[in-house]
Amino acid sequence: MKMNSDNFDKTLTKILKYTKPFSIRLAPDDMLSVPPEERQSDVTLRPPSTYWKDVFRRFSRNKVAIVSLIVIILIALFAFVGPYFSPYNYAQQIRGSERLSPCFAHPFGTDALGRDMLVRVMIGTRLSLTIGVFCAAIVLLVGSIYGAISGYYGGMTDNIMMRIADVIYSLPTVLVIIILQISLDQPLRELFPNSRLGTSVISIFIAFALVYWVDMARMVRSQVLLLKQNEYVTAAKAMGASDTRIISRHLIPNSIATITVSALFQVPTAIFLEAFLSFLGLGPSAPMASLGSLASSALSGIQSYPYQLFFPALFICLLVLAFNQFGDGLRDAIDPRMKN
Amino acid sequence: MVRFLSRRIVSMILAIFVVITLTFFLMNLVPGGPFNTEKLSPKAAAILENKYGLNQPLLKQYTDYLGDLLRGDLGVSIKKVGYTVNELIAEKFPVSASVGGIAICIAVILGIPAGVIAAMKRNTVIDRIIMFICTLGVSVPSFIVATLLLYVFGIKLAILPTMRLNSAASYIMPAVALSLSPLCYITRLTRSSMMEAMEQDYIKTAQAKGLSRLTVIGKHALRNSVIPVITYLGPLTAAILTGGFVVENIFSIPGLGKYFVESISNRDYPMIMGTTIFFALLLLVLNFIVDLLYKVVDPRIKY
Repeated sequence: MKMNSDNFDKTLTKILKYTKPFSIRLAPDDMLSVPPEERQSDVTLRPPSTYWKDVFRRFSRNKVAIVSLIVIILIALFAFVGPYFSPYNYAQQIRGSERLSPCFAHPFGTDALGRDMLVRVMIGTRLSLTIGVFCAAIVLLVGSIYGAISGYYGGMTDNIMMRIADVIYSLPTVLVIIILQISLDQPLRELFPNSRLGTSVISIFIAFALVYWVDMARMVRSQVLLLKQNEYVTAAKAMGASDTRIISRHLIPNSIATITVSALFQVPTAIFLEAFLSFLGLGPSAPMASLGSLASSALSGIQSYPYQLFFPALFICLLVLAFNQFGDGLRDAIDPRMKN
Repeated sequence: MVRFLSRRIVSMILAIFVVITLTFFLMNLVPGGPFNTEKLSPKAAAILENKYGLNQPLLKQYTDYLGDLLRGDLGVSIKKVGYTVNELIAEKFPVSASVGGIAICIAVILGIPAGVIAAMKRNTVIDRIIMFICTLGVSVPSFIVATLLLYVFGIKLAILPTMRLNSAASYIMPAVALSLSPLCYITRLTRSSMMEAMEQDYIKTAQAKGLSRLTVIGKHALRNSVIPVITYLGPLTAAILTGGFVVENIFSIPGLGKYFVESISNRDYPMIMGTTIFFALLLLVLNFIVDLLYKVVDPRIKY
């Protein structure tokens, strides 16, 4: 559209009439200091919140989760520090005090060989906790690497890797673990002749590394698929970052919260599984004990010595319950949308 | 659909193949054959090894085993002389299946209504109690539940039989012990999907039309919230099956689970392999059926 000059002049005079270009109008009032009421608006009401501060705030509001965390810490202290305060050793057989009921000297009683149950439950809890945490770490490691590679490269790589994961997913895991444990027993015994843990624990780790990572890998993959669309990934690529660097520096740190939560749920799973295997007689070799093997050896005397089952069973349940509730709480704190 | 089916079938066959191969080679990794533990003269051991084909090269044994499997022959039990693995499975599996079947029924029949009630009475005392029991229920291993039941009802109160399956009453404890944790899981699953379904617009429409509460819940909400429960049926069977290993031992039920554990402890390799393959096959086929069922129940699902 062409504006004729007459019209243009009219508009210009109109503008000049209402504004004063190239001048700043100052009133004496402007030189006064800001009154206190007005200053209020500049005060930061609370320090700017970071992502982790938000998570912590939401988490600390959740009473059940806090209690669970305290229970976990207490049980961990009981298991890792407790044995040092006990006058007995977990393998020590006290002649003449076999199958004692809970009493002052032995608060949890003694077993058929005269071993103090309190210190055995401590050692058992320690082993079960260790297994739980290690298995979660293994799943975290294998699953996130596999998932990240699959999601990042996409295409044919992704397709093949996910089909492999499908096959592993459909394997009956407990059966595979039993088979692994039976057959790895002898070779592992030769590899680690001095292992106090016994071969069963090592084969549980191997089994977790082989079959339990699929869920984790799928989750990490979907996270990576989302994240790799982000601008900062493009920017990193443009600056010549290698794939390894992008995966390890950008993609995994950004999905770490979600990944950690689902790894946390592996802890009770592993504790459960270990108890189950111990019950089938595939547990740690004596005199080492896990909560599962303690419970299982108490079964034969259930009629006369029910307390021998009671304490290990109580600790299994407490641990599993606490980890489940803690995981739920953490998940809700990290991603409130995931709540129900 | 065709693409989904073919992908699913291929993946199932691959999984079966992986199970067989893994089982076979792992079992053969174990140093010392099954005849090393007994006090046998080398000559007798050689005769036995020849009889069971253990002196053949490994690859030949493997292909022979695959061939036998294709014919449906799982081999002979080494420890239970005179029995084939097929016979043992045929004899013992029905026992396990009956206990497991009852447990699955308990879990589904009680779990869904409990979940619906909890969702309807959301945040009331009833909901809290149900959820509390369920949270506890999934945190207790089945062998502890079984032992506690045995101790309380079998020994202290002595109102239920503790051993074997001689009467209808003797099914109660094993089935309850097996079903507790799946029951709790189903309740939680139903509750959360029911609450989600109740938020949907079609529920508001149904309510606005003036339908009775029962129709709204039963016909509109429940149908949609049952879908996650169906997907759980696969893992449920697996849980009942492996739970059976433990529960059958505690209650001395002569089922396949108990026998499987026994064959683990006396290293009856053909029996372990046979049972593993049988269980794996059962689970894979069941999972496949569940996937199909899922599609039938919810026609919106496209693959």
